[in-house]
Amino acid sequence: MKKKGFKAWLYLLPAVIFLGAFMFYPLIDVFVYSFEEGYNSASQTSFGVGGYNFSYVLHDPYFMQALQNTFLLVIITVPLSTGFALLISLGLNSIKPLRNLFQTIYFLPYVTNTLAVGLVFMILFKKTAYTDGLVNAFISIFGGGSVDFIDGPYWAKMFVLCLYTVWIVLPFKVLILTSALASVNEMYYKAARIDGTSKFRMFTKITLPMISPMIFYLVITGFIGAFKAYSDSVALFGTDLNAAGMNTIVGYIYDMLYGDSGGYPSYASAAAIILFVIVLTITVINLMISRKKVHY
Amino acid sequence: MKIRLENLTKKFPNRSKKGGADVVAVDNFSFEIPDGKLIGLLGPSGCGKSTALNLISGLESPTSGRIFFDDEDVTDIEPENRGIGLVFQNYALYPHLTVLRNITFPLENLKGDKKLTKERMKEKAYEAARLVQIEELMDRKPSELSGGQQQRVAIARALVKRPRVLLLDEPLSNLDARLRLQTREEIRRIQRETGITTIFVTHDQEEAMSISDLIVVMKSGKIQQIDKPQNVYDDPKNLFVAKFLGTPAINVFVGSVKHGRIFIGDDPVMPIKGIENRAIYAGIRPEGFIPSENGSLKCLLKGVEVMGRDTIILSKHYAQEGDVIHSIVDSEDAMQLDAVNTAIDHKLNLVLDPVHRDVDNHGEIRFSIRPRKIFIFDSETEERIYPNGDQPVTG
Amino acid sequence: MNENNNSATSIKPVKKRKKSFRVTTVLVYIMLSLWALMVLFPFYWMLLTSVKDYGDYSSEYIPQFFTLAPTLDNYAEAFSAVPLGRYFLNTLIFTLITTALMLVVTVPAAFAFSRLEFRGKNLLFTLFLALMMIPNELVIITNFQTITDMGMRNTFSGLILPSVTSVFFIYLLKENFEQIPDELYKAAKVDGTSDFKYLVKVMIPICKPTIITIIILKVIECWNSYIWPRLITDDQAYFLVSNGIQEIRENGFGRENIPAMMAAVVVISLPLIVLFIIFRKKIMEGVSRGGTKG
Repeated sequence: MKKKGFKAWLYLLPAVIFLGAFMFYPLIDVFVYSFEEGYNSASQTSFGVGGYNFSYVLHDPYFMQALQNTFLLVIITVPLSTGFALLISLGLNSIKPLRNLFQTIYFLPYVTNTLAVGLVFMILFKKTAYTDGLVNAFISIFGGGSVDFIDGPYWAKMFVLCLYTVWIVLPFKVLILTSALASVNEMYYKAARIDGTSKFRMFTKITLPMISPMIFYLVITGFIGAFKAYSDSVALFGTDLNAAGMNTIVGYIYDMLYGDSGGYPSYASAAAIILFVIVLTITVINLMISRKKVHY
Repeated sequence: MKIRLENLTKKFPNRSKKGGADVVAVDNFSFEIPDGKLIGLLGPSGCGKSTALNLISGLESPTSGRIFFDDEDVTDIEPENRGIGLVFQNYALYPHLTVLRNITFPLENLKGDKKLTKERMKEKAYEAARLVQIEELMDRKPSELSGGQQQRVAIARALVKRPRVLLLDEPLSNLDARLRLQTREEIRRIQRETGITTIFVTHDQEEAMSISDLIVVMKSGKIQQIDKPQNVYDDPKNLFVAKFLGTPAINVFVGSVKHGRIFIGDDPVMPIKGIENRAIYAGIRPEGFIPSENGSLKCLLKGVEVMGRDTIILSKHYAQEGDVIHSIVDSEDAMQLDAVNTAIDHKLNLVLDPVHRDVDNHGEIRFSIRPRKIFIFDSETEERIYPNGDQPVTG
Repeated sequence: MNENNNSATSIKPVKKRKKSFRVTTVLVYIMLSLWALMVLFPFYWMLLTSVKDYGDYSSEYIPQFFTLAPTLDNYAEAFSAVPLGRYFLNTLIFTLITTALMLVVTVPAAFAFSRLEFRGKNLLFTLFLALMMIPNELVIITNFQTITDMGMRNTFSGLILPSVTSVFFIYLLKENFEQIPDELYKAAKVDGTSDFKYLVKVMIPICKPTIITIIILKVIECWNSYIWPRLITDDQAYFLVSNGIQEIRENGFGRENIPAMMAAVVVISLPLIVLFIIFRKKIMEGVSRGGTKG
């Protein structure tokens, strides 16, 4: 028995080493950092222990800006992308010809590099000295004035960011919802048709309850994902997000850690913990609601 | 090769949260299996028969006791060095390997001077395959085979190393009824041809009866009886064994011995020698009933099932245990009885007809009992009581 | 609702329903096509722009939807003006080593959890599960410090080591391993198969689909990873493609040479798209089983 236990630990050794060094230890360390006041990376010393880092972060206008951007992004894109994904999945499920083709196309953004395609979005929306960009060209056809979506007003930048985020997250949602819809047993629909149930009632009384666990799964992962948004914003607006006013919480953390504004792991840790608390709270609320609403 | 078990015991720690005593899956087994025989390990599910098999195979080690193959103590030897072949209930074929690779798999583990060349392995695999008649399936995957074919592959895989002992765990329970009959004959044939000492576990008494040389009946980790199938049937050592073997099952009555007679309820059914007055259970095999106008066991006729050569008469008696009394009589004899004819005319089978189940009086039928087909058991211990002078038949 | 249902006997409501059914079908196709266009358009645009002549492109005040004089010059420019080949090679090395190490860590751990008995198994597994809930942002700070302190900035080890493990993959594979019936293990034991050989010869082949799934997910993750490489590398010689793109955008090609930029984007996007087209089914299956993004 002893020999057996030893062998098991041997198999586990690589995982334990890696997780210990790069997950477990950092997890404890981040809390230590966040309470060490005035920590200096270079000398590795700190003045004392307390909540100053949190207070600093919460009073930092850049953080508040990042917080606002992130919340806006979450509130706009999560319902929008989930609803739209449901619509598309319902459409996909109701057709036969071309279904595979559509599914394949819709999945493409999942396998593309966020940074790379973000560049394409940027040139589509950007206004430069030489050109107003394709989107502005379109707007002018309908008689609108041109807007710089990349360096222009806040709402325009937010619009592009939300659009790009939806474009990026949709493939996963469509994939999950299509397979959820396909797995609803045909039998229920047949039974409902015999009872003369209307299409709308079929949707609200059969389809929706049956796929509700998957919808909630998507909402929860959607919230978590959107709160951690960062690379989409970088892709569109460049690395200096504070200047562009389009930073996100995660962006703030990295800026605190590294780059021109970096060198403050304590602030970064405090911001990361704040993010974690927000995400945890939202997830718990989501789970509480889902327990009430989900039919399984 | 003969197998000897000495005081073999296996205890499992109690898994329930409240704790409690250890579960004794195998309780102090001692018996010897003669060379080249086919042994059926029979018992209801959870009686420890699979554990016993695992102990013999070496997959589990006993809490105490020894296991001998011939005179070699194998208790502490690893499974692969015991020279056994094992066939599992669900066959446990490797789904990703072809039949051929499944059969050669055990050979690939051989090391040192036992190591075989690829060609030699293939040869051996085909040899084993020929024995179970699956040579034409060698390139298929298990998922492309029927249950019966998978079973054969599993047997071939167990035989390919020429084991000294072949162990089969519920080998037939995943097959449909027709295949089961066919496969059990097949197992019998293979065992005869190879002469390998074979132990198989089953909960199906008919299966055990039909092909075993010896039956070991188990209950709650304890051996109840070891004997030839017919002897176990004709001479059960206790009420459990009597009930477990035979279809339809033995009929059990609450009775007594008074003044040298066996009574079932108030009906004196048979004289008996040398037993003092006491409470008993009486078990009567279905074929032990003779319908007769002046038989001493008075029953209520509940139904008749004509099965061609035989007729099953269903009846009730107030002292019986269980639902109904099954008695099997020769159809020609049955037709002599007025009550039976009336019952047939009225399609009387009230046992199977729930609506009329409680309607009681459909005529009386009387039986006398064949002496060798009635067994009496102690009402406390449920052990067999032998009449004075009658020695238990053995062997 | 069959097509050939237009005989005179068919009653009115049926006809009506058929008609509305057709209309909704058409609407559904229009909606689906519009979104397909939305998805494909950026890809078309990058491909188109990448073959436009720089001079032509700059003179288009209103961008043109096609070009009559496609050129591959931009691709040559992309590879010569910035070390795109270097980025590519770095990403390839990073992806291959990280994925390989991930397997070396994940498979034995999943095997130990699913098949072997040892003291503290449940406790350790619960701990692992708890780690699954921890967002990367929380641990990346210390990892950044650790790697910096160890002087592993701008090295492959610094890039790779913290990116190796995924508790989720261990969990996924363990669940899959556990579905293999116990009897197979016993059968192998009777035949004298060692634990390691059983893992290699039986469990891994049976669970090949799941292993392929986690490989695919890891490759996608590695190929597109941006944040960690950005933190840990500032030497172009160690940039991955994502960082390369960002670098190109901010400093490369004099910032205005959009066609060359797009050529780089095409080159970078291509490997995963090709991979996707080849393994379409496997990838979509894998992602729906174990992927989370967005």
